[in-house]
Order: sequence, then structure tokens, then C-alpha cells
Amino acid sequence: MNLAIMYSGGKDSNLATLFAKNLGYEISCLISIISKNPDSFMFHTPSISKVESQAKAMQVPLILKETKGEKEIELNDLKEAIKIAIKKYNIKGIVTGTVESVYQSSRIQKICNELDIECFNPLWQKNQLSILKDLIKYKFESCIVGVAAFPLDKKFLGRKIDNDFIKEMEDLQMNYKINIAGEGGEYESFVLNCPLFKKRLEIKKFVDFFDGENSCRREIELK
Amino acid sequence: MKNVLLISICKEPLHEYEFVKPIEDILERGEISCKNIHYQNFREEDLSSADAIIIAGTSLKDYKFIEDIKMFKWIKNTKIPILGICGGMQIIGLIYDGKLKSGTEIGYFNESFTENFLGLTGDQEVYHLHNNHLDKNSLENFKFYTKGTITQAIKHNNKEIYGTLFHPEVRNKKLILEFVK
Repeated sequence: MNLAIMYSGGKDSNLATLFAKNLGYEISCLISIISKNPDSFMFHTPSISKVESQAKAMQVPLILKETKGEKEIELNDLKEAIKIAIKKYNIKGIVTGTVESVYQSSRIQKICNELDIECFNPLWQKNQLSILKDLIKYKFESCIVGVAAFPLDKKFLGRKIDNDFIKEMEDLQMNYKINIAGEGGEYESFVLNCPLFKKRLEIKKFVDFFDGENSCRREIELK
Repeated sequence: MKNVLLISICKEPLHEYEFVKPIEDILERGEISCKNIHYQNFREEDLSSADAIIIAGTSLKDYKFIEDIKMFKWIKNTKIPILGICGGMQIIGLIYDGKLKSGTEIGYFNESFTENFLGLTGDQEVYHLHNNHLDKNSLENFKFYTKGTITQAIKHNNKEIYGTLFHPEVRNKKLILEFVK
């Protein structure tokens, strides 16, 4: 079955893609929505323009669609992008990295239902710690490119998701009720390498942007 | 320790992560042993060690289990308690000569329970994901536990056979443990 991936470049969409590929599904294309609204409930925004490099590393075509990011209207842009994937790559289903968000999942389910294609959410309801442990198990190289919750701050930008990071997030979860997988938007990640990539991506330089002590993002430039 | 036979009805293996694995995780956290099989591989012997059976749901576009409904005839003959979730509830209804109606519900909805249903009472938020539901008028020997035209929760009048149209593994996890208990 040909599938398109709702791809943000972060850990969840890459892990969901890996689960699909490991079961023998054909990853026909990636779909990334570039939202002009950094606070979009639907689409993850930090470093999303770098998904072109990730698609090349994966050797999978990419459909990029811009949206103003206006609530609900942005869904029309997503639907148009999925229609392109159906027409161009004959996809029969969409894969998302949604874990807990009923807001995101129910809207994508409705679009897929209307377009008569399957909607796959392989991380749905998955234990957050086990998501992070899977990243280690499958040798993902991911870094933090955005934080938006106390007590996360600029020191987390660029941090690798490794065992030390997981341990620290577990402590923060205990003390500050932080969702350790960043499902509540506490942090955003970017994948530099994983079993889907034919070559590892490297960061050439970066610029950090600050909205406050506990809200900042890192724009990266890849080599 | 209780043993649950967890039956997948997913046509696509990738859907098992979404519809079967979350139930497996809930059972594991409740320290309940679970054996996971697909309905197409079901054998009568699988029932021998089961204290309870859960038939999980599947995706909006998956109707294969309806074509294969004869493979669920065993439901009428077993005395082991059964919980059917969404597609699993539809299977139970079809086996007891019920009929399906079209009707799509996706996302969180409030449902009003008329009496205690596996720990759920009064108004409850539940997660829906279905294009079909059982026609209330076609079902005999079942009690209905929710208000409204679409029946969301049923129990057989004489057997420990339960069905939920909603997905308790998303918003009402305790219901699954209550059923096994």
C-alpha cells in the first residue's frame, strides 16, 4: 500500500514512518505544511523548512504546502496537499505521528474519511517514555529546536535526545508535570539521522530566537 | 492472574498500533496477562486459557471483518465474558442478527449513561471513530445504556457480553480494567 507521511521533521513523524516502513508499506511521499502561524494547533513549525533536506536524505518525494495557519481554514490547505499526493503518487493512506492530540487526529481522520483513504496513527496513545526509548533503540539522532514551557530554557536548544536527556525529562516530569515526549508542545525536535535516512544530516550553523526565558527556538542551517 | 484474549480485527497490520496496542498497554499496566491474536488466526483452542475476551476496533475504512462475519460464530457458543469495542461491538450485534446503519462520529462527544456501565455513569466524554453503528431496533436481547438515537453501550440480557461504540482505550481506560475485573 502506498502511503504519504504527515511530516514535520521531528521525532514523532519519523518514528511513525519507521513503523510503517518496517511493516513493508511503501513510503511514496512526505507532506509538510509550512504554517505562517507559529502558534498553529495543527502543525509543528520550528525548522520545518529543513524538511527538504530530510526528504532528500530519505530519498522520498516531498509535497510542501504553505498555509496562513488560520484555525480550521488551514485544514483546507492540508486537504489540498493530500489530494496532490493521491493524484501524483496514488497513495491509499496517510500516516501521522499523533500521540495524544484528539484535536489533530480527529481533523486528519475526517479529511481522510472524506477522501476515502486510510489514516494511520501508529503512535496513538503510546506511552511517552516508550517513544523516547524507541528513539534510542532505533538509533535516532535528534536534537531540540524549540522549547515553550517552564523550566525548559535556551540551555535545551541543540540538546541531543539521548539517555541523559530522557533521565532529565523524567525528573522534570516528576517535579514540574512536564510531558516527557513534548506532546503538549513543551519542546520540538528535529531528526538529523535515523534508519530511514541514506545519509546523516549535519548542522552548519544556527540562530536562536527568544520570545521569553522559557520560550525560544533554534533555526538551523544544514551543511 | 487474569488472562485476556485480545482479538484484532484490523485488515492492515499498521493499524494494530492504534487499535490493539493501547489496549494491550492498559492491560499490562493493570498487571493482566494478555494474548493477542488476529481473528483470521482464531482457533477454538484459544478460548481454553482465556478468562475474558476483548475484540478491539479498527479504522474508519476497514470493513473486512463484516465480510468475514461468519468467522465470529463462536461468540454465541462461549461463556467467557466478551467486550467488543467499536467494530467489535458491531460484530457482536451482527452475530445476534442485528443490522448496521451508517452514521459518522469522529472525536470527543458527550454521552449520557442511564445507569452504571462498567463504571461509567451520568454524562461522560468519550472518543468516537466510526462510520457505522448498530440499529437499535434490530437488536433483541440486549440492554442499551445510553440516551440518544445511536446506541453507544450495550450488554446482553443473559450473558456477560458487552459492547461500546466508543473507544474506551482513549478516554475511559478504567472501563477496560473494570470489564476484566
